[in-house]
Amino acid sequence: MSAVAAITPSQLSIKDLPWQIVWNKERCTLCGQCCAVCPMQSLELGTFRKRSIKVAAGFKNKPENEHTIYYGIRQRTAPHQACVGCGTCSMVCPNDAILPMHSDEKDKLRFHINLGGQPRTRGGRRNDNGSVLDQIKFIRISMLTDPALDSGRHEFDLKTLIGRVQSPLDGLATIKEHGWAPPVREIYPLMIGSMSFGALSPNMWEGLQMGVAYLNEELGMPVRICTGEGGCPPRLLRSRFLKYVILQIASGYFGWDEIIHAIPDMKEDPCAIEIKYGQGAKPGDGGLLMWHKVNKLIAAIRGVPPGVSLPSPPTHQTKYSIEEAVAKMIQSMSMAWGFRVPVYPKISATSTTNAVLNNLCRNPYAAGLAVDGEDGGTGAAYNVSMNHMGSPIASNIRDAYLTLCAMGKQNEVPLIAGGGIGKNGNLAANAASLIMLGASAVQIGKYVMQAAAGCVGSESDRCNVCNIGVCPKGITSQDPRVYRRLDPEKVAERLVDLYVSFDTELKKVFAPLGRSTSLPVGMSDALGIADKDAADRLAIKYVV
Amino acid sequence: MCRLFALTSSDPVSPMDAIRALDVMREGHDGSGVGLYLSDLAGPFESMKDNPVLSGIFTDPGMKRLDEFMEAKGFTLRYDMPITPKGALPTWTPKRDAYVVRAYDVPESWATLTAEEKGLACLRTRLQLKHMGLDSEDITVFSFWPDTIMIKEIGDPLQVGEYLGLDRPEIHSRLILAQGRQNTNYAINLYACHPFFIEGISTMTNGENTAFVPIRDYLMGQGIPGYEGYNSDSEVFTHILHYALKRLALPFEAYKHVITPLKDHEMHNHPDREFLTKLKQICRRLIIDGPNCVIGCLPDKSMFMVQDSKKLRPGVVGGRPGLFAFSSEICGLDLAIPDRDRTKDFQPMHLDSAIVGPDRQEVRICRQSQPLPLHN
Repeated sequence: MSAVAAITPSQLSIKDLPWQIVWNKERCTLCGQCCAVCPMQSLELGTFRKRSIKVAAGFKNKPENEHTIYYGIRQRTAPHQACVGCGTCSMVCPNDAILPMHSDEKDKLRFHINLGGQPRTRGGRRNDNGSVLDQIKFIRISMLTDPALDSGRHEFDLKTLIGRVQSPLDGLATIKEHGWAPPVREIYPLMIGSMSFGALSPNMWEGLQMGVAYLNEELGMPVRICTGEGGCPPRLLRSRFLKYVILQIASGYFGWDEIIHAIPDMKEDPCAIEIKYGQGAKPGDGGLLMWHKVNKLIAAIRGVPPGVSLPSPPTHQTKYSIEEAVAKMIQSMSMAWGFRVPVYPKISATSTTNAVLNNLCRNPYAAGLAVDGEDGGTGAAYNVSMNHMGSPIASNIRDAYLTLCAMGKQNEVPLIAGGGIGKNGNLAANAASLIMLGASAVQIGKYVMQAAAGCVGSESDRCNVCNIGVCPKGITSQDPRVYRRLDPEKVAERLVDLYVSFDTELKKVFAPLGRSTSLPVGMSDALGIADKDAADRLAIKYVV
Repeated sequence: MCRLFALTSSDPVSPMDAIRALDVMREGHDGSGVGLYLSDLAGPFESMKDNPVLSGIFTDPGMKRLDEFMEAKGFTLRYDMPITPKGALPTWTPKRDAYVVRAYDVPESWATLTAEEKGLACLRTRLQLKHMGLDSEDITVFSFWPDTIMIKEIGDPLQVGEYLGLDRPEIHSRLILAQGRQNTNYAINLYACHPFFIEGISTMTNGENTAFVPIRDYLMGQGIPGYEGYNSDSEVFTHILHYALKRLALPFEAYKHVITPLKDHEMHNHPDREFLTKLKQICRRLIIDGPNCVIGCLPDKSMFMVQDSKKLRPGVVGGRPGLFAFSSEICGLDLAIPDRDRTKDFQPMHLDSAIVGPDRQEVRICRQSQPLPLHN
């Protein structure tokens, strides 16, 4: 920097950034791979001039300057090029010569990441590592009064129901009168939540679909995956694998031309239709696919021009009330498939969840309610929405379940809980907690990206650049040069690993509780927490 | 684990026969309490089959409140069978003011009620009395129903039976359910003592009900009178049976399909597959998951035994025409009916319901793999 150059307000030093690149000159081979691979272009090859002073012994000769040149890595400090800590440079370095290190204090970048008046947008989850779900323990262990079960040898039925489950009286009346019964699917209680074709790369989508097909057809695990709002590839719509897919319709209706036109050609009905009204990561905001990711393929599937940002409206604009938004949409979508497909809404967890639930209970076509908590992930959202908007899933799902109990309709409108399940790696424990708090099923998205595809994003604001299509792992990129890094076969393998290990862990939780013949939905007597207020709020035991 | 013993006999028998059978199974209960359900009554109750009989334990002030309440409701005392304790108070047994077994004439206004309405009125009367005594604990009511006596007390079953003089002929009956408690709660609550009763249906269970809380929450949400209390996790077995028979109008053979439905692969070739699949779906909230043996009586005076879906509890049925017993252990059966054909003893497995009908001629085995006796 020139001595007379002005320091601009947003001129940051490396120290001001959240991540500092530590580079080892001795080990670097100057191959340049780190610079080439950096998704943020935070690195550049640098030429460094070094001065050495040579002082000869004695007083005869004066000290001399020696100037040398060496080459290395320079970290850029412009806000839009700040290192995001993804560590891809380390991954490709042949000599382990480079590593991003997190700053020892809060960065100053956060005050400048709104240049041009544009607030920060990013992907990922709420930047908070806390989780009430992680604090919940399973305390009702069968000891002598009844035998604990053997998770490895006993037979377990872990399936759940999605769809409007009739009351016993209504169900028997339907049988007697040969009447119409709402469609109900028996599925695995861990669902893959909505991640759109567009938010995810084609390779990631293909890998997930292959993994789901394998789980269903080879392992007999009825796992279901939701498309998110972005349509569905035409071949999948016309394949027998559609039955493993939940099609999502949201406020942008992206991809629904294609879907509607494919209905006459469908060999199978989809598992269900999810109507998205809200998302836990960004409650009150619609979906957002930024222009970076809208290439020709995505544009074709969504029925939009390429290269434009696709923000879905926050609400379904043609509807003006809950009665319309819920009842009419459920009715319309049910009608499209001849009332053979369950249709349920998804909302972000909110203090008004119960109002929605009450409405659904009076609607015999409502097939469930998906509630997405504040810890849910997203491909793109405003930072403020992700960090500060929304309601935690635990108390929200508990309230909803207890409301159903009070109405005598427990599990008739299955509750699907989402948002931060397994955010700290405790997938089975978090899922079991939510089931015992009252969820009939849980759905995960971010965890799938982390476990099945190696997503490096974290709640410490690492990476989280899913929104601009530069995902270093090729998970959320639409650039073939990037997403070809991701092998769909390997994604499928890892997805299967995830589910098989989850299944074992879930049995390890349920067996000591003496539960095996049905999913212990609402078995709140098994739960305890060392936080009195949380225990009271969730109506579970306080244990210390 | 509690011990259970039940007798169904063409000739009236003493409840002490069942209690003595419990006593030989002493290793399995800790003498902390006994519960009895008696029906198809003999003695003086034989001629009062339509009169509701009140069973309970009262303090002196409670008795006064009872009389005032019943009088105000229009009931007239028809027969009072005083139970006068004799001898020393058994260990653990509290001193009680009054054990009540009383038959009443119903109010005149009931004359126009249907049988169902009368049943509901009896149930509501019992609940009112129960609620009256919850705070002051001066009234404890076990049943108020025609042809039904229930006795529950804390203490060793044999000692309590002798103390209460339960071998007297007035209390002989043809159906007896008896449970010897294995108390797992320090504070013993008589309302937690088996058997449980509602509208002519009574069951007792051993083993823990691990799915208790979700089932309780579901039953309590149905708004059906009597689905309350749940001081014991086993009370839901009685209410599920009541719900299946009375609300859903299902045959008894469907009870097992409600609490322990067939697995999908077991249902595959079942003739009633479609019905059972639907039943499993709509009654999913009533699926039990514990190690449980349930013994009970139906309004038609049948007696039955069913097991959990893993058959984790013992249970045997045996006897001869005219006299059958359902017992947790064979030693109890041996004591009660030594002269039976032991080769015909039957231990119901995970798909079986064992039933002895009111004719007491044979043990009928209904297996879940068999067709259901559905009307349409």
